[in-house]
Amino acid sequence: MSVVTLTVNGQDVAVPAGASLLEATRAAAAGVPTLCHLDGLTPVAACRLCLVEVEGAGKLLPACSTAAAEGMVVRTHTPELGEFRRMAVELFFAEGNHVCAVCVANRHCELQDMAVTVGMDHSRFPYQYPHRAVDASHPQFTLDHNRCILCTRCVRVCDEIEGAHVWDIGSRGGQCHIVAGLDEPWGQVEACTSCGKCVEVCPTGALFRNVDTTAEKHPDTSLPALLRSAREQHRWRNQ
Amino acid sequence: MVSSPITPPGSPAAPAAGAGAGAGKLRLATVWLAGCSGCHMSFLDLDEFLFDLAAQVEVVFSPVASDAKVYPENVDVCLVEGAVANVDNLELALQLRARTALVVSFGDCAVTANVPGLRNLLDAGHDSARAVLERGYLELADGSGQLPFAPGIVPELLDKVLPLHEVIPVDLYLPGCPPSADRIKEAITPLLAGVRPVLEGPDLLRFG
Repeated sequence: MSVVTLTVNGQDVAVPAGASLLEATRAAAAGVPTLCHLDGLTPVAACRLCLVEVEGAGKLLPACSTAAAEGMVVRTHTPELGEFRRMAVELFFAEGNHVCAVCVANRHCELQDMAVTVGMDHSRFPYQYPHRAVDASHPQFTLDHNRCILCTRCVRVCDEIEGAHVWDIGSRGGQCHIVAGLDEPWGQVEACTSCGKCVEVCPTGALFRNVDTTAEKHPDTSLPALLRSAREQHRWRNQ
Repeated sequence: MVSSPITPPGSPAAPAAGAGAGAGKLRLATVWLAGCSGCHMSFLDLDEFLFDLAAQVEVVFSPVASDAKVYPENVDVCLVEGAVANVDNLELALQLRARTALVVSFGDCAVTANVPGLRNLLDAGHDSARAVLERGYLELADGSGQLPFAPGIVPELLDKVLPLHEVIPVDLYLPGCPPSADRIKEAITPLLAGVRPVLEGPDLLRFG
């Protein structure tokens, strides 16, 4: 197995060839924040929180979807990056309708946690209050677009792990939203196996079980990595 | 806890403690705008710390600890609960800003507009006052509904519910729905010594 060596925050790290910059920063215990990334799913660099400085790159690079390369000099926590990350989280809050106090995911929400991580004590951007729908057509689950941050974890877990590909992104720009099937009510999409993986990996309260009410969602985001290692390496949780 | 001196924008760089008129006691106010009063209930949850607080501050305006009806001059610190939702909220917000050295957005409604701000969804905030009144008093009424009309008595709703910092400059943000008594204590204690608290980490900063 070939290895690449690089520097993260002044620390030398070695990772297998093909590893991502995110894995390299983890080898240095740098604590790069992530929101759309989930181990076991293909990285898409949607949330921009894992942006890092790479010397000579000329622009900030998303650690999750950039391959670690020999000799890279990486910085993960400059004042500029800290400011950009806080702005990104404030924009997430401002562009959706996130009301933590009455959310099903209160206290188990990665966006809520990320606000703490980046030190967001208020949003400097005015809240947009966009008109967004709630799809409660599925007998077991609900999709509340008000709380969706378009991380696409649901899209990827359904496609890559469950193999059903129920979810996609529709429209563009500020109109972007998750669509079920061919933009149908979720409950009418025959491809859905009701496995619930999308609900488990959703970082916010956008996807939840109908039986859960305020602060009752307890997601399990470890599922994709567990299922992938079970399938590809035949390693199971109890082994 | 790391602390830095209190230097609210737009006011003299005097420390809060003893900056007001009169004796050396810090002049503390608490204000209740568009909120459920839960932040004030949480404030009362400070329990025996309230005795320590009472010894160190003079409460000059508060719905739970003062009978004053007019917001006084020369207030050192004001905790403001609630969003700005009607003309009375707006008037009091502007008044307290002009008369207070350090204004604290106290709880999620003040910081984010939170639940009171949900009416902004009815009409993207353009004229959610009319939309929410029609929803509440006509659409959901049993047939005898009518819009409230009492000019000069019931304060008019603003078109849009706003977080406090979109109306006046805010010096410190204390999120939470409500902020726990411990969180309030962590924020207030440094202020008594004239230093600004640094609020970091899930115990002091989390929304909700």
